[in-house]
Amino acid sequence: MTEDVPVKVNGLNHWFGKGEARKQALFDVNLKVAGGSLTVLVGPSGSGKTTLLTLAGCLRDVQHGSIRLLGQELNGAHSDLQRALRRRLGFIFQAHNLHGSLTALQNVLMGLQVHGRSDPVLQAKAARHILTLLGLGDRMDYLPDNLSGGQKQRVAVARALVGNPDIVFADEPTAALDRESGATVVQMLKRLGQVRGTTTVMVTHDNRILELADRIVTLEDGRIVNDTAP
Amino acid sequence: MSLLLQALFGRLPIGWLQLTHNRTRFAAALAGVAFANVLVFVQLGIMNSMATATLKPYGFFQADIMISASDANSMTEGSNVARQWMYQAMADPDVVAGTGLFVATVTWQRTDKALGLTTYGIDPTQPIFLSPEMATRAATLQLPNSGILDRFTRGLPRDETAAIRPQSPLSFEANNITLTLYDTFAGGGGFGGDGFMMVSDQTFLQQFPARSSGAPDHILLQVAAGADPDVVAARLRDLVSDKSLRIRSYAQAAAEDLSYQQTKRPTGIIFGFGVVIGVLVGIVIVYQVLSTDVADHLSEYATFKAIGYGQGFFLSVVFEQALVLGMLGFVPGLAVASLLLWAMASATTLPLAMTAGMAVTVFIGTVVACSLSGAIATRRLVAADPADLF
Repeated sequence: MTEDVPVKVNGLNHWFGKGEARKQALFDVNLKVAGGSLTVLVGPSGSGKTTLLTLAGCLRDVQHGSIRLLGQELNGAHSDLQRALRRRLGFIFQAHNLHGSLTALQNVLMGLQVHGRSDPVLQAKAARHILTLLGLGDRMDYLPDNLSGGQKQRVAVARALVGNPDIVFADEPTAALDRESGATVVQMLKRLGQVRGTTTVMVTHDNRILELADRIVTLEDGRIVNDTAP
Repeated sequence: MSLLLQALFGRLPIGWLQLTHNRTRFAAALAGVAFANVLVFVQLGIMNSMATATLKPYGFFQADIMISASDANSMTEGSNVARQWMYQAMADPDVVAGTGLFVATVTWQRTDKALGLTTYGIDPTQPIFLSPEMATRAATLQLPNSGILDRFTRGLPRDETAAIRPQSPLSFEANNITLTLYDTFAGGGGFGGDGFMMVSDQTFLQQFPARSSGAPDHILLQVAAGADPDVVAARLRDLVSDKSLRIRSYAQAAAEDLSYQQTKRPTGIIFGFGVVIGVLVGIVIVYQVLSTDVADHLSEYATFKAIGYGQGFFLSVVFEQALVLGMLGFVPGLAVASLLLWAMASATTLPLAMTAGMAVTVFIGTVVACSLSGAIATRRLVAADPADLF
């Protein structure tokens, strides 16, 4: 079920380090991400974009403030709840993080098998379909070492999307892609938002994506300094 | 293998794929597990052979109760026992027969080497105390200075022992007396001597004039049909005046001898340690392989954590690897160890052989040890933090 506001951040503060080395990374961040939208986080390095992304994606524990993800409070959330929520998310990492021992198809299947046992034939069909959509129909049985950087990134995208996630968190997903492949990925995300209501929160410096974004949130020094709809 | 594991775990066989991705490392890991298996198999084989060799002489005789001196921890050790205690024991209504058993080592000085024969002296006119194989040859023992020889005596050419027959006896000199061997029996080299020899009590006393017929090494008793040897032995402990004597059922004496050899004698302890060291080496090898593999794939594991896979999944992957290493490492280990045991048995005449029991024990032990190593290696998974992926 698609939430109206699948990501709701309220009064979020976050620190790294301990003692005198403790440094605040986020300051009183407030943000509501609408369901089905493509929201882009921009800002200089060290501005807190990735920290915000990892906190909203249940990959870090919330220290102070509130994040409601798909209707669930993350501050103090049990690891079981975090894990259950992660299964409803799709992650696209800047470094594709493919499993080097698995073929492209097997990497994508890992995005499906996390949901438990189901018909392996249907799983394989779904994985092949999305790889074909991303132009990798002839590379399914290739190991990552035998794929180009762009091909690897497209496999990572396929792995993130094959489970039909409610929200996609992406960190520079088009950095390793050429213009055409990058456009394919972003348009796919955009279309998923329109057709399935999939929400996308993306960190990027790619100006080509900004044109397609529903909303651009700019962070500087751990604070939201601008929030616009292009 | 891949399909089998996929069916077994209901998911992609990540562990198998990870292991086989780097074939050189996989081969080295299997060699390591196989090596540990060989270590354990060889030590177990030696331990087993020690057990077989220890119990072998008990099979030469048939008795229900054995009376030994308090310091007689084994068949070949300890002080003598006065024959008078045999007569006292025979006063028990359930004791139907008794005989003295003498034990000593006879040295057969051959031209090239000296053979140590563990020699048993017993009354051949009471064949009921002899195993069926020995009983059929008891008559020859009644001849003066005669004996029957273990045909598997270490250091004796097989064709030479095969030629020993009543019609073609073999004589040799020991303790300045000529002993004539009229027949052979199936013994087998042990850890205490090169072989066995059976003689009459009279021949024995000829060989060892310092020994007295009134003081054998052990006393063997037989009880009436239906009587429980343990119950009778308990009764005899009350009846016999010398309370320091060890009066045990024959089976218990054999079991205690074996336990003594395995847990009190240096050889038993050393072989036992060998097994433990083999197991530890195996655990360390598998741990090293698995833990390195986990460390090499931390970012991939972190990715799986981010996707939503839980600790159970990671445990199952590492256990899958442990299982694969354990099973595939076991096969070459079994083959090499079988070959080594065969070669050692040929060289020593010790009863060294691969048994089904050993194979099953080591296989289960290997899988358990590999799983244990896997469980330890999974501690490294804690370091796989999905937040580090961004």
